[in-house]
Amino acid sequence: MKLPRWLRPVAFIAILLAVWQVAIDRHPVHLLPDPLEVAGGIADLIRHGLLLKYVVASLFRVTWGFVLAVILAIPLGLTIGWYSRATMAFNPIIQIVRPISPLAWIPIAILWFGVGDGAAIFLIFMGCFFPLLLTAMNAVRNIPAVHINAGRNFGLNTPALIYRVLYPAVIPQLIVGLRITMGIAWLVVVAAEMIAVSSGLGFLIVDARNAGNRYDLVVAGMVLIGIIGLLLDMGMRSLERLRAFRWGYSEN
Amino acid sequence: MTEAVAAPAVTTIKMRAERINMAFEQDGKRTSVLEDVNLSVSEGEFLCLLGPSGCGKSTLLSTIAGFLTPTSGEVRIDGEVVRGPDPRRIFVFQERGVFPWLTVEGNIGFGLFKLSASERQRRIDYYVNMVGLKGFEKAYPQELSGGMKQRLEVARALAVNPDMLFLDEPFGALDSITRHIMRGELLRIWEAERKTIIFVTHDIDEAVQLADRVAIMSARPAKIQQIVDIDIPHPRDMSSRRYLELRDGIYRQIGLAHRI
Repeated sequence: MKLPRWLRPVAFIAILLAVWQVAIDRHPVHLLPDPLEVAGGIADLIRHGLLLKYVVASLFRVTWGFVLAVILAIPLGLTIGWYSRATMAFNPIIQIVRPISPLAWIPIAILWFGVGDGAAIFLIFMGCFFPLLLTAMNAVRNIPAVHINAGRNFGLNTPALIYRVLYPAVIPQLIVGLRITMGIAWLVVVAAEMIAVSSGLGFLIVDARNAGNRYDLVVAGMVLIGIIGLLLDMGMRSLERLRAFRWGYSEN
Repeated sequence: MTEAVAAPAVTTIKMRAERINMAFEQDGKRTSVLEDVNLSVSEGEFLCLLGPSGCGKSTLLSTIAGFLTPTSGEVRIDGEVVRGPDPRRIFVFQERGVFPWLTVEGNIGFGLFKLSASERQRRIDYYVNMVGLKGFEKAYPQELSGGMKQRLEVARALAVNPDMLFLDEPFGALDSITRHIMRGELLRIWEAERKTIIFVTHDIDEAVQLADRVAIMSARPAKIQQIVDIDIPHPRDMSSRRYLELRDGIYRQIGLAHRI
């Protein structure tokens, strides 16, 4: 059977859904809603105007946390990476704080920001900050010395060296880092919304269980998180395909 | 057979390195890389620095170019002490030195930021032609072969019209056929533009084919062991008696038996 390339994953997902549906029809043990119930759950959300509201609420928090982390972590990381003494000074602290899950900050987030958007945004910020900082530091450290020397040789002053050599040299690595970090932000928002707020897709999942065991809505929330995560990743990935950045991803 | 002498007509001193010492400190251990190196190069001369890998010839070239400051001694170019890199003298790395984020045009125009757009374009077109990259103006380096990247880097250096070129084993990463072609290209460009060139190599044949003079360096700490005049006019016949004589002399000087 010859299927167009894009249709293959769609066909495979359709088969999995069918298996899921049939399995639950034959053994109705109520451990999982079936796909039709999940679709009904999504339809319910649309009918009550909650789908758009929750998606927007989640994206709002992700955007703030992510953008704040980008604004702070990337310039800081580039600066630290540029000076080897700064790298030596900061690296131990960064390596100690980095492996702490952003979720460990939940009590402190609530203490500082109360229950609300502030706490959720702070958690996302914490989840994004260290990966971005390290990406930026490594990106600078990986610039080949020949490129910096060539820039100096042609008489570039420091601002020109930053704009014409440093910036283009780090951009491909930064884009990869941004993409990975966007994924982290999306992971963290769900967890943050389970604790700190009363809207968003994470809240939907906890709320659907607490308020009447609506497992169709729980799984609907999970499916929506997956689909939006995929769309975000595809959006970030499209940046990598820009011709001017593509050099950074070829093996040569 | 006539003994033609290819000494440059004008012998103004372009570069003079005086009593250069270079030592690096690592883990409290002091390693001397260059010891009391004296060297001078005339205007328009093609000098090869020849020595085994790791002997310090690249360190000497980087010092002359102003990327490294000697522990003691000084380098003077046109009578001025060198205090850093300068666009009047361009360092050509192996082809790794081209900027991968710029097209062929962008790379050649990189150092021309002080010129007007039309003048910049005129120079880019001229040097694209000179190094035979016509038709590749919009290509990125990863779409080029090693030899093309190397020509691109030479074009980028020539475009700013420097009066000296420093080449650090520029053809080391190329296959032997491409390397051979590139030597011819470099000589053609040198004869057209008459830049003063200091060329680092560990290849004895390469040095004898290219240079007016070959400065042979000893192993670490490096000293200039001997300077050999290559008194054969271009184009050089690589099977002529004089060529073989000079080459064998260098083999002996380095302490290599000319048999494998």
